[in-house]
Amino acid sequence: MGDLEVHALRGIDMEIRKSDFVAIMGKSGSGKSTFMNIVGCLDVPTRGEYFLDGVDVGKMNKDQLAQLRNNKIGFVFQSFNLLSRTSALENVELPLMYNPKVSSHALREKAMKALESVGLADRSHHLPNQLSGGEQQRVAIARALVNDPVVILADEPTGNLDTRTSVEVMDIFQQLNNKGITVVIVTHEPDIAAYTNRNVSFRDGRILKDLQVEHPRKASEELLLIPAISEEETI
Amino acid sequence: MKLKNQLKAAIRSLSKNKMRTFLTMLGIIIGVASVIAMLAIGQGSKQSIQAQISNLGTNLLTIFPSASMTGGVRMEAGSSVKLTLDDYKAVASRCPAVMYSTPTVRTSGQLIAGSQNWRTSVWGVYPDYFDIRNLTIQSGSVFTTADDRSATKICVIGQTVSKYLFGEGIDPVGKQIRINKIPFLVTGLITAKGQNAFGQDQDDIVIAPFTTVQERMMTITYINSIMVSATTEKMIPEATDEITQVLKERHRLGPSEDPDFTIRSQADIANAATATSGILTILLASIASISLLVGGIGIMNIMLVSVTERTREIGIRMGVGARGRDVLLQFLIEALMISLIGGIIGAGLGILTSEVIASIMKWPVTITLQSILLSFLFSTAIGIFFGWYPARKAASLNPIDALRYE
Repeated sequence: MGDLEVHALRGIDMEIRKSDFVAIMGKSGSGKSTFMNIVGCLDVPTRGEYFLDGVDVGKMNKDQLAQLRNNKIGFVFQSFNLLSRTSALENVELPLMYNPKVSSHALREKAMKALESVGLADRSHHLPNQLSGGEQQRVAIARALVNDPVVILADEPTGNLDTRTSVEVMDIFQQLNNKGITVVIVTHEPDIAAYTNRNVSFRDGRILKDLQVEHPRKASEELLLIPAISEEETI
Repeated sequence: MKLKNQLKAAIRSLSKNKMRTFLTMLGIIIGVASVIAMLAIGQGSKQSIQAQISNLGTNLLTIFPSASMTGGVRMEAGSSVKLTLDDYKAVASRCPAVMYSTPTVRTSGQLIAGSQNWRTSVWGVYPDYFDIRNLTIQSGSVFTTADDRSATKICVIGQTVSKYLFGEGIDPVGKQIRINKIPFLVTGLITAKGQNAFGQDQDDIVIAPFTTVQERMMTITYINSIMVSATTEKMIPEATDEITQVLKERHRLGPSEDPDFTIRSQADIANAATATSGILTILLASIASISLLVGGIGIMNIMLVSVTERTREIGIRMGVGARGRDVLLQFLIEALMISLIGGIIGAGLGILTSEVIASIMKWPVTITLQSILLSFLFSTAIGIFFGWYPARKAASLNPIDALRYE
């Protein structure tokens, strides 16, 4: 794309283990987005190697990357990125549509289960614009989950959400992580990073810090302390 | 993605913008409808011309004397070489591929009946003429060979002549008319034939026995032409060969010399007329297909807008694992759906338009299955052709950029 060569990442050596819950931190321009793109198989490194679930991704073509994204990765975005005028259930079904192994019968069932696991089974036929921000992000998480990925990648998942909803979303991530799913989130909020097990800070394309979190915050416990606010009272 | 899901997704995204989809489709609808209507009109006129010509008798051959050449200057056709009754007799007796034959002489005559008068051509022929030309008699009867031999002054007249001399609906049989001051008895009225393919009134005619016209009216010794009918339409080339041989022999022309007569078959005229209307059909259809082409460009335009608008959606789909070809197929199917549904509606509208034209304008209209299939094929091809570029554009998007697209 660009005419200018930019070294967004240089000399990164990092391993994320199964069932890890990692927060990638850093200012804009630190290279964390490029890192996420490579981890998410949206991009391949100019030089170097990237192994996902034992597969060398570096030498793959576009179609193979697409298949890998379909089978092994679940994305959650800051702006939810749901298909508009498409019901929650159908949004969750989307990744399954591109998976030839899933029959159309199993499709609905799996999507419904994923929606149940984020607590939105009763809203399955709502359109994105009929859902709150938190609910939309939960639909996005369900979509990320539905193909049983090896890793869920979340790019600023709480960036567009208020405090309580952010905690709700982090609660879901923690629940998923407890079930053994690897979760990597990008955030610039230390508060949010505190819910994860490992914080990695980037600066100028290099890893600045890579720390284990001794006592991660427990979202489920905090939720009990924050009173649920109904929409009328927020004004 | 499975085809069923692709189709569902295409229907969904097309129904999101119903007005836009419909307007895009309208281009194809109008294109297909006009192609079908134009083809129907063209085919209809072609068939009616063919029908009119076969009404004249398709196995009809006419033999004229050719233009002679004197020192390099061509003279008027028939000016020096003449066909004679002996030529006719030779043709009639020596050509097995010829079924009916007649010599013809033709003059114009001023007809008077009571206080009315009318000018028309008077043909002198043998009774075979009626078989050759498929003429039938509405009332009265045709003259016989005996009438011809005795040069009886009788004639049969066409509907137009009867109308002007005696008035509409009056049976002229048994009435007396004067042709160039010679009294004739009308013995028959020819059944109406209407206009021929060239707009001539075939009912404006007087037919009398050959000898009567040749000797009593024209006082000539030659004949104007010989008319024959081949035994079947397929025998026309053979009949032509036989006549050529016989006449060349009689006119003392060697096999390599050009004949001094011309044989014109009705099939030639039929072919020419059919070819003309065929060209007309192609012309009409190609003008109509330009509108189909414009419709195709409309599809391309809207699909390009749609790809840009839905860049984010494409990014999401690619993010969750859609390959380039999945996206390509999705947009191609949408373009195809517009053109195919447009094609179906257009076909219906085209048939309807043709029927309306047929009933209001009284034009002959023929809708053929081929024309419907053709416009279907054409609209499908247009969908693929004009849908390809936008679909290709969508498929080649980079998922990272597409996801960031605002």
